Amino acid sequence: MTDTDRSAGNVTFPRIGSVGLDGLLVSFGDRLSEAGNRAALAFRAAVERESPEGVAETSTSLVSTFLRLDALHADPDAVAREMQALLDSRDWYSADLPQGRRLWRIPTIYGTDLAPQLEEAAEEAGLSPETAAREIAGTRVRVQTIGFAPGQPYLGELPEHWNIPRQQALTERVPVGALVLAIRQLVLFSVSTPTGWRHIGQTGFRLFRPEAEEPFVLRPGDEVIFDSVEREAYNRLCDAGPDGGATCEAIR
Amino acid sequence: MSRALIVHQAGPGVTVQDLGRPGYLAYGLSRGGAADRLALYEGAALLGQAVDSAALEMAGMGGTFEATEDIRIALTGAPMRASIDGAALAWNASHPLHAGARLTIGPATAGVYGYLHVGGGIATPEILGARSAHLAAGIGAALAAGDTLPVGPDRGRETGLVLDADDRFSGGEVRVVAGYQTGMFPDEEVARFEETRFTRDARGNRMGVRLAPDGDGFASRAGLTVLSEAIVPGDIQVTGDGAPFVLMSECQTTGGYPRIGAVLPCDLPRVAQAAPGTALRLRFVPSDEALAAERRAAEARDGLRRRLTHLTRDPHDIRDLLSYQLISGVIAGNEEE
Repeated sequence: MTDTDRSAGNVTFPRIGSVGLDGLLVSFGDRLSEAGNRAALAFRAAVERESPEGVAETSTSLVSTFLRLDALHADPDAVAREMQALLDSRDWYSADLPQGRRLWRIPTIYGTDLAPQLEEAAEEAGLSPETAAREIAGTRVRVQTIGFAPGQPYLGELPEHWNIPRQQALTERVPVGALVLAIRQLVLFSVSTPTGWRHIGQTGFRLFRPEAEEPFVLRPGDEVIFDSVEREAYNRLCDAGPDGGATCEAIR
Repeated sequence: MSRALIVHQAGPGVTVQDLGRPGYLAYGLSRGGAADRLALYEGAALLGQAVDSAALEMAGMGGTFEATEDIRIALTGAPMRASIDGAALAWNASHPLHAGARLTIGPATAGVYGYLHVGGGIATPEILGARSAHLAAGIGAALAAGDTLPVGPDRGRETGLVLDADDRFSGGEVRVVAGYQTGMFPDEEVARFEETRFTRDARGNRMGVRLAPDGDGFASRAGLTVLSEAIVPGDIQVTGDGAPFVLMSECQTTGGYPRIGAVLPCDLPRVAQAAPGTALRLRFVPSDEALAAERRAAEARDGLRRRLTHLTRDPHDIRDLLSYQLISGVIAGNEEE
């Protein structure tokens, strides 16, 4: 046990687990936390710097670092031991956020036929739709990880009353640019896909531009404000290009 | 016209596929690539070319194609009815396709994904290092009538080879390894999972395949508020209705439903190729057994060239006998890159 261990129930963090035959997951918690998120990002950066043998690629999820191994040539136990030594080398929960972070403002329509689940989500949170929309538009959220679909951010963290579960059944399809909500987090969809999250807002922001020089727009650590706009302004901004009227400035 | 394959007609799920684009997990982009990766190795063996050559993946139904120059083709994966200008073609085999002739590939007679490989590979431009369409990510598109696909230069000449391919088109047993979330399911549920006969549901595509249990669904202790975590092809997510969902090559990179285990990469083609209604069973194996199975599968893929034999034809079935190379060259064994 080191002083970086965090306990949740009977599981101690950080811990190393297996994902499929060729994946290792280094988890810094079983719920979202600011410190766990910073730890995951910093730990991945350290693994990338060390580039241990047998590790084919790495990524982060909310509070975990994922390592894909070269299944046929790597020794998973040896890599896990190396990761344990790296875990023990410092207190990852006190790591800094990544450098070069930016603040994005993304124009958003809340509710209406474009985002039909605002009312449902607001009711789950015990708020009126108007209050819910105002509250979310007024919250500066941070990109905790990019995942699920290309360039797609998980953003948070929202206040406790937004700890609403995913739906039992999946929504068959939400459009590109959909802002969805569950378990105190927002996700901005980069593709059109089925989801269990509730569709509360709609943007014209393209997160993945396969042919562009920078195909993936947002980065972990970036912050976002989903400014509320009227329908007419929204339509105009969507026509203007892939940013959907979004602006970006460096965070100093 | 330059060396190309013309699409005169295509089923709804015909796409260009190769081994996919690894390396973008951190950006939320899964590797993608052929749903049945083994079929790419088989096509490469039949044509004596590199396994990263792009081919056409045909979900359930093929299409009608024509080459602008004489090319070689190979057919692998789910067997489909195929013919050139009306003359039937053997599946799991390589054939010449002469300029102007019509190649017709009909519905699958078993399995889901058939593959049309061309000598030299499909040579469409690479996007992020690969030619694979990744429809879930918005990369590329399904092929349609009128499309023309460039074909790369072909260094090989031989055709008329056939491969005794693994039957992976009728379901059966699939091996699974436990993962860090398996413990979220009570032991009784895991035991029942192993005893359950599953049917491949009609809901399934390149992203994932739903398996309908012949009894109750499965419940984890975690419920529906699990943190979204990294997921990989093969992972078996148990969604809200209790039915397992096996993630396939074009899956998302994170998921919030608990995973009871993961299908071995070498058994994933068997899941991909199970047509709706096909019965499957899932059996947990220890990780050392899984790794050994994976190594054996890799060796088998590397040894596919040694399993090639020559097609035997009844001369009466061959209309243009003189155009065939009756004595095939020996396989030099160095055609692969």
